[in-house]
Amino acid sequence: MARTAKKNPVDRFFSVMTAAAAFSVIVLIAGILYVLVSESSLAIGRFGVWRFLSSTDWDPVRQSFGALTNIYGTVLTTVLSLAIAIPLAVGIAIFVTEISPNFLKGPIGAAIELLAAIPSIIYGMWGLFTLSPIMSTYIEPFLKKIFSGVPLIGILFQGTPMGIDILTASVILSIMIIPFTASISRDSFNLTPAVVKESAYAIGATRWEVVKNVVIPYSKLGVFGGVVLSLGRALGETMAVAFVLGNNHRITTSLFDAAATITVTLANEFAEADSDVYLSSLFYLALVLFVLSFITLAVAKFFLLKAERKYSR
Amino acid sequence: MKVFLKLALALALVFSFTHADAADMLNGAGASFPYPVYSAWSYDYNKVTGVQLNYQSIGSGGGIKQISARTVAFGASDAPLAPAQLKKDSLLQFPAVIGGVVPVVNVPGVKAGELKLDSDALCRIYLGDIKYWDDGRIKSLNAGLRLPHSEMTVVHRSDGSGTTAIFTTYLSEVCPVWKSKVGAGTSVNWPAGIGGKGNEGVANYTKRTAGSIGYVEFAYAEQNKLAYALLKNSAGNFVKPSFETFEDAAATGNFDPGKDFHLWLVNAPGKKAWPIAGATFILLAKEKTDSNKKVVKFFDWAFNHGDKKAKDLVYVPLPSSLKNKIRAYWKTHGIL
Repeated sequence: MARTAKKNPVDRFFSVMTAAAAFSVIVLIAGILYVLVSESSLAIGRFGVWRFLSSTDWDPVRQSFGALTNIYGTVLTTVLSLAIAIPLAVGIAIFVTEISPNFLKGPIGAAIELLAAIPSIIYGMWGLFTLSPIMSTYIEPFLKKIFSGVPLIGILFQGTPMGIDILTASVILSIMIIPFTASISRDSFNLTPAVVKESAYAIGATRWEVVKNVVIPYSKLGVFGGVVLSLGRALGETMAVAFVLGNNHRITTSLFDAAATITVTLANEFAEADSDVYLSSLFYLALVLFVLSFITLAVAKFFLLKAERKYSR
Repeated sequence: MKVFLKLALALALVFSFTHADAADMLNGAGASFPYPVYSAWSYDYNKVTGVQLNYQSIGSGGGIKQISARTVAFGASDAPLAPAQLKKDSLLQFPAVIGGVVPVVNVPGVKAGELKLDSDALCRIYLGDIKYWDDGRIKSLNAGLRLPHSEMTVVHRSDGSGTTAIFTTYLSEVCPVWKSKVGAGTSVNWPAGIGGKGNEGVANYTKRTAGSIGYVEFAYAEQNKLAYALLKNSAGNFVKPSFETFEDAAATGNFDPGKDFHLWLVNAPGKKAWPIAGATFILLAKEKTDSNKKVVKFFDWAFNHGDKKAKDLVYVPLPSSLKNKIRAYWKTHGIL
């Protein structure tokens, strides 16, 4: 820093500008946090922290609010969508880097990136008008037929499949996060040195063995990073799920039940929230999501760092 | 440096133009339900007078907030504010146009306008008490109609909306159990059914699911030719949703200028009145006489010349008796 300052005015200007750009993010985050806290102070005062987090109430008429149903829906849809997306995304990445002929790599890569460029409202409308009928007439009755008799798992597939439910929302979410995981995984697979791979092939390893024992161990950090990014996206995704989740403030056990996530509740109810407590509770909900995202990303970062250290040793 | 100068000059020019425009510009914000008709009126008004009215449909809650903070010339709300709240925020209020809610059904073999419902049946359906279409409480209203023994799926809005507020206010008014168990509001804790986002969400689920019942805005039902049900009004007649029945509801509803027209237009006493109607309201800041005069001038013009346009967009214009009451209200507040 001191050395650049001595250099010349342009250099100095340059470093000041970049520093300003970097710090503006911190200022912005602090500002958002401040607004969330100050706007939700009414609800914090009324419901406290623990009561708000543990209550399943969401009754605008009686002005009694709790976040548990929203947190439950957020976590459930996020976990489910990751469970669907990760195997697919890693599969895509392996195919593109290791198996596919060269002329296919371009089109598939472009298709994945296009998937990421589609606005989420389009996914929402598509989910409502196209995916949801398909889910309720074909896929969900099929799943119900197979699983409903199975002990324990059967609970997940009860009720009449309507297509507006946790499963449909998770499928849409998974389609939305596949591009992140897939393209980052692909990039990290590509970083595996060719020499190492060739050595493995030279000692007679099959493709499967090379992928399993060389490529994936070498690049699992990158894949993990991609998963973390998708996790952040899935936690905060709003419009795509708002249309197909039903905004139902109840804790339900079946994947065929409607539910509510934090973002879905905000998108559905913010515009017409007519009392101060109601509005304040919505801000409170946003604050909960802010903290939830922060914790998840921090934990993920922590493991990433730990793995990195172990790896570099 | 030359480039910067040019840029600064260009910016200054741009701002000076917008500033000049601002004199003939009226900003309003609020309910999304009347947005199409307000913008159609504003387009015509602009052609006649050159005054530009800019309406942002950000939702009733936002409209109330913005006019209370005095950041817009007028706010708009689907729900009437109570006189006490108007007084607290020093606001004026008057209705601008009428809309309403229509129950739509999808029962195999039942066509639009064939199914009859009364307030008790509708309430029991939305409470989840009535589970099958051949329930005695529906059958007794529909002698001669073959109702299947199929399960009933109840569809409601998943998002907060004025439509839900009108619908649940109606149910609370006619059904004590609903009032004590659920209540009325832009979104409520629904005891039964599934939620669709927006009118299109509710209509979509209703259309797709055999044996379902939902509720949508009158305009939406009309434009999409949905299978509506007849409702029994407070005079005991079964009525169908139409301009005529909505106008009768508006004409016989007791809009009182002394209470700043605070009224939920449900269960109006008229013989032909559609029971689930509602006005959408305009809110003004009491002390801003100058800008209020401009806003009132616009609505006065719309009351005189805008009925046809409103009907084209399937909004129900206010009856002339009510328009006159509003003009008198403006006069007493010195803004007409």
